[in-house]
Amino acid sequence: MSTTEARPAGAGARGAFAAERAWRLNPQVALRDESFGALAYHYGNRRLVFLKSRTLVTLVGSLAEYPSASAAIEACVPVGSHAAYERALARLAASEVIDAC
Amino acid sequence: MLAEDQDTQDIEDVSEEDIDELLVEEVSIDGMCGVY
Amino acid sequence: MLAETATGTGTGNGEIGDLVAAPSLKDRFSHGLDAPICLTWELTYACNLACVHCLSSSGRRDPAELTAGEARAVVDEMVDMKVFYVNIGGGEPMLRPDFFDLVGYAVERRVGVKFSTNGTRLTAERARQLAALDYLDVQVSIDGATAATNDVVRGEGSFAAARAAMDNLAAAGFGEFKISVVVTRHNVEELDALAAIADSYGAQLRLTRLRPSGRGVDSWDALHPTAAQQRRLYHWLLERPGVLTGDSFFHLSALGEPLDGLNLCGAGRVVCLIDPVGDVYACPFVIDREFLAGNVRDPGGFAAVWRTSSLFLSLREPQSAGACASCGSFDACRGGCMAAKFFTGLPLDGPDPECVYGHGEAALAGLAEGVRPRADIGHSKVTSDGTPVMVPTPVRFRPAARA
Repeated sequence: MSTTEARPAGAGARGAFAAERAWRLNPQVALRDESFGALAYHYGNRRLVFLKSRTLVTLVGSLAEYPSASAAIEACVPVGSHAAYERALARLAASEVIDAC
Repeated sequence: MLAEDQDTQDIEDVSEEDIDELLVEEVSIDGMCGVY
Repeated sequence: MLAETATGTGTGNGEIGDLVAAPSLKDRFSHGLDAPICLTWELTYACNLACVHCLSSSGRRDPAELTAGEARAVVDEMVDMKVFYVNIGGGEPMLRPDFFDLVGYAVERRVGVKFSTNGTRLTAERARQLAALDYLDVQVSIDGATAATNDVVRGEGSFAAARAAMDNLAAAGFGEFKISVVVTRHNVEELDALAAIADSYGAQLRLTRLRPSGRGVDSWDALHPTAAQQRRLYHWLLERPGVLTGDSFFHLSALGEPLDGLNLCGAGRVVCLIDPVGDVYACPFVIDREFLAGNVRDPGGFAAVWRTSSLFLSLREPQSAGACASCGSFDACRGGCMAAKFFTGLPLDGPDPECVYGHGEAALAGLAEGVRPRADIGHSKVTSDGTPVMVPTPVRFRPAARA
């Protein structure tokens, strides 16, 4: 069977990102390190997403170890960039690169 | 590395949307030329 | 390369500042990656059709084709290098005796497979087999919305066979497949009808650019869209973001708003071709010694070719704009397609033959006699007097007359 599964309507795309929940890399996603970050390919929806900083790659990789996305951001992201990285996680959730545990 | 003041100027010029694009960018897997 | 050191006080602004100053994704891709994102793999030069514009001049199987074991070793390399998917074609890939074994071997290892087929071997039973596989996409090729337009280029009966394949995929519950069309002077009037065919199957339409490659060297003059047709195509595509293009029309982005995709030539940078005998070319549209990077049978295999071949390293250097340097649109079109230039005899550092501003036409008009490459026989089937079989004969393109 091939192909594009139906994308969950608005999953994470609208409304606030649930940063208080625990998140993880979607098991249908292959993550490939690059010098500038990583490439994430979702085998289910065929989407290709670029994580354009090593910090973001570290964050995504360690998400599952924390009780919430906020805690992971606290631990991995320099002060002053937390909002930007939370928005980055929201975008990754919208593309289904990460999903809520 | 950018000089401190150049840093600050760049941040002020960059909108939130632009910062989002700096971290995450999506491309179609069919979006690179040179493949069947 | 981005330095990830914390600035003095550890403020994030330093890092965001670094990101602001970092090369764009497009620039990074121009410099190449350690592994392709995806690539084209032509499994065989054997083909049971003889399309006039065949980019790989296919027809006859090459006796030195990769063995089943060698082909699996290529898949193993894809796994090691984390290539996300391979785009399988040919010739007609379903003519490979180990086609299903190989596809299964790849998808089991999470190397995604999309294969292009003329559909002649895509029986109901095969469709059910394909429907059972994960990580698999199928692309059925037609070049017209009717047999009248299609068969002029692909041969009598080819349209019907392709439609039967699509019916089989639908009946087998395969799900969304792709219909792939090479845009020509004759089918550009049928874009809406082609979209309707795709809709009728719940399939995705994919339009790609005709390059003057392979047997296309000789048929390109008669087949490639006119400048006016290109403009109409561009606007049609802008209105339909759901139509795929493989980024093959990035030269049209000079007309205004860029089309979807990276809008750059990925050949040798993020994609390439592996041919049936293991030769590695920059892309499937430049099967010529000039663009041959190495062979997977060489020591170090595909990885060594991708990472160290002099051809690929030079493609990853900044490319000279040459004659296009003074044109305000160069950033948008990057001078267009190497294959289109090479096979029409144009220099690579100058306009694309289909430059939307007509600079390519002017350059073509200025070419000396005999500069233009002739079609290589390649793996085409040949007639008794040694000329390549092309169905139909290339001099007659009058689909309107074939009611």
